Amino acid sequence: MTAAPASNSGWERLRGWFLLPARIWMAALFAAPFAIVIAYSLLTRGVYGGLGLPWTLENYRRVFDPLYLEIGLRSFWMAAATTAICLLLGFPLALFISRAGRRKNLYLQLVILPFWTSFLVRLYAWMFLLRDTGLINTVLQHLGLIHDPLPLLYNNGAVLLGLVYGYLPFMVLPVYATLERLDPGLEEAAADLGAKPWPALWHVILPLSAPGIRAGGVLVFIPALGAYLTPDLLGGGRTVLIGNLVQNQFTTARDWPFGAALSVGLMAIVGALVLLMLRREREGLL
Amino acid sequence: MDAILELRGLAKHFPNQRAVDGISLRIPRGGFFSLLGPSGCGKTTTLRLIAGFESPTAGEVLLNGAVVNAQKPYQRNVSTVFQNYALFPHLTAAENVAFGLKRKNRPEIDRRVREALELVRLAGKESRYPAQLSGGERQRVALARSLVLEPDVLLLDEPLAALDPKLRKQMRLELKEMQRRVGITFLLVTHDQEEALSMSDQLAVMNAGLIEQVGTPRDVYLRPSTRFVAGFLGAVNWIGGIGLRPEVTQLLRALPANGAASRAATVTGSVFLGNCVQVLARLESGEEATAEMPRNGCAFEPGEAVYVCWNPSDEMIFP
Repeated sequence: MTAAPASNSGWERLRGWFLLPARIWMAALFAAPFAIVIAYSLLTRGVYGGLGLPWTLENYRRVFDPLYLEIGLRSFWMAAATTAICLLLGFPLALFISRAGRRKNLYLQLVILPFWTSFLVRLYAWMFLLRDTGLINTVLQHLGLIHDPLPLLYNNGAVLLGLVYGYLPFMVLPVYATLERLDPGLEEAAADLGAKPWPALWHVILPLSAPGIRAGGVLVFIPALGAYLTPDLLGGGRTVLIGNLVQNQFTTARDWPFGAALSVGLMAIVGALVLLMLRREREGLL
Repeated sequence: MDAILELRGLAKHFPNQRAVDGISLRIPRGGFFSLLGPSGCGKTTTLRLIAGFESPTAGEVLLNGAVVNAQKPYQRNVSTVFQNYALFPHLTAAENVAFGLKRKNRPEIDRRVREALELVRLAGKESRYPAQLSGGERQRVALARSLVLEPDVLLLDEPLAALDPKLRKQMRLELKEMQRRVGITFLLVTHDQEEALSMSDQLAVMNAGLIEQVGTPRDVYLRPSTRFVAGFLGAVNWIGGIGLRPEVTQLLRALPANGAASRAATVTGSVFLGNCVQVLARLESGEEATAEMPRNGCAFEPGEAVYVCWNPSDEMIFP
């Protein structure tokens, strides 16, 4: 009996050691850079770019400029639309896979197959498909269905398409994981109590897959909100989202402090949303 | 006999198994009927065929005289109490009970839910979630959820299996009493012969996808029609082709004077069971017999020469 506490504290010490690499990693690659970004956001832009004194809150005042607020709002709606479409496409897909019996693993592999190539390459593939002289327009013109090429690339629709394409697996996988764990007896019970298939889906399966939908929503919404590669390539610079704005400040505009302030703002919004989600999860809401 | 539920040549063959291999059964209205059998005998598949979760390979299911083979589970007026209860974890007790009423657009939902929960003595726990209820309480919710729909037949799939033994015995009486009060036909599936004997008005014993015998508990226990039924419903001493229950088997030191049948035997051991003593004896034929003797009777020692005796009217004879 007297040995037990000693061995317990031994495990405690060991656990501390196991966590050490993660702690160093988080400190060096998350906490420190974040502190640097905050510090940058409070400095003044140097005469030739770069950083200079004095300390100021001016950068944060500029974040609320109507021009930038509009970009922020547009990014928000774009991310929200991406999440909604990913849910509408991903939920039925996850439901289908969870009932595919022995083919489940094959279908799951197909869902993650795109990850085998670089996202950049895949976006260029979309450009090849969507541009005026691309595959889709060429085929439609040859079939005589259209005369002039359809404007498929370099607009909001193309960006939305690219975002949904890129983030769909992040919705499918967590939703699949919750559906897979559902007791099949619950669906039988619903049918037994008089629920036709759609009401059973709506009143039983959907509410019970809420944890997966919530996780998928967060996994899609957050990267979609900060996306810059997709809007850059498929939007052709016409659809400026907050990710592109931040990138511009650090590259062409050479205004690091303002870019940093925008980044902090974005993180604040994301952080607030995640906290809200966690609270809803604790309260058992969707 | 007015049958509320009838099975005609019902069969369900799975790729590797003939789960139900052609059974016919008439279940009278308003009674407590049990399907009793060992695991894998096809009793649960039969229940699932009646509920509509499986479609039969052959045969028909008739409810109130009409064939319901083509009806989906949500169209059949039967309801199931599942073995694990299958309560909806995201709904409260009251919402679980209201679920079917809402799907079927029944009127006066609040009143019906309240009455159903009172019937199963769960008043006051309406707003608890299944995770906040005990095993027995969850079962009551499952019962209320089905009973509130006033089904033609209530199907119970091993409803007591998940409860602890003490609660199980208490629930037997409660279920039986509840069935009498609501007057709905109960069809219970169980592998526990005590359960089936104590609750049923009638029962069917199943084995290997077939029905071995249908009758009252008294019939099937005292006059089993096959050796399987005799052995499944209780212990049997097999002596020269006839079967004897241990409680009607006696050991005597001298030959009985009355018309009792007897065989010479040697005591091989005894087991104290609290309410009685089981004495084991080996007959000269080499057959083993167990006799349940009163605890305060005379003690038998191993090696002692005795007579195994019984009343011929207690014999179970099979063709």
